[in-house]
Amino acid sequence: MNARTLNFVGISGALFGFGLALSTMVQPEVVLAFLMWRDMGLLLVLGGAVAVTFVSYQLLPRVMARPWTGDSFGKHPSEMSARTLAGAAIFGIGWGLSGVCPGPAIAGLGVGNWPLLLSLAGLAAGGFVQGFFFAPKSP
Amino acid sequence: MEALFPNGWAHYLAGGVIMGLAMSFLFLSTGLIGGMSTVFTSVWSYFSRAPFFQEGRFVSSRLWRLVYAAALIAGAFVWLAGWGQPFVTEVPIWRLLLGGFIAGFGARLSNGCTAGHGICGMASLQPASILSVLLFLATAMITARIVAGFA
Repeated sequence: MNARTLNFVGISGALFGFGLALSTMVQPEVVLAFLMWRDMGLLLVLGGAVAVTFVSYQLLPRVMARPWTGDSFGKHPSEMSARTLAGAAIFGIGWGLSGVCPGPAIAGLGVGNWPLLLSLAGLAAGGFVQGFFFAPKSP
Repeated sequence: MEALFPNGWAHYLAGGVIMGLAMSFLFLSTGLIGGMSTVFTSVWSYFSRAPFFQEGRFVSSRLWRLVYAAALIAGAFVWLAGWGQPFVTEVPIWRLLLGGFIAGFGARLSNGCTAGHGICGMASLQPASILSVLLFLATAMITARIVAGFA
């Protein structure tokens, strides 16, 4: 992976982090208010993000042979399986308990939300336990 | 409107659109898919010899995912410096830790979180992602209500 690609990754990540901060998703209290139907703002966050991303995911591979750097356009690997769906249900329990999902846990540090370091520790530990003890059988 | 969005709606929509532009620019410039939770698996490839962590998809993506994560913090800091106020959550420590652990385990089992399934998977109209989003929204809403009832 060359420096040019990493620069593009950095620009994209910074833009994503800015959007997370602006949308106040870096505040777990806002996420919890949404989950309890007191403030439906997160539907606008999700809707806005999906609508824009949908257009580029559909359009760009039709008008360009390949991205500026890299060989091909990727695709999010979603497999319809018990593992995927059980994992999603479990993820929601953790999200509803803390109001913190992976992106805001990371970006929140940029607005000084230091207790999210605990969320990061939890996320990393959960990722470790999944990969170490519950990895799918190698094909 | 006031009942649905007591804190206004414009910053929500603007934030979401900017996040969509970020995903779009990443796709345009590199072809990469900007899911977020994979970093919590790929980073372990630096420390653990366990076979799963050493799979090519994690070893080959671990560097850009770390750069992506660091840039997220920088971007949020730019917002803070130019437009915002610092914010420190008052959600109790045990909820942050335990919720993080459960969410980390689930997202990695599912291979996606609110970014991976919620934005990238839904934007590519993948049935498993759309169903995953409905599932985690449901369990999150139920959990938040149960916990609020006891707290």
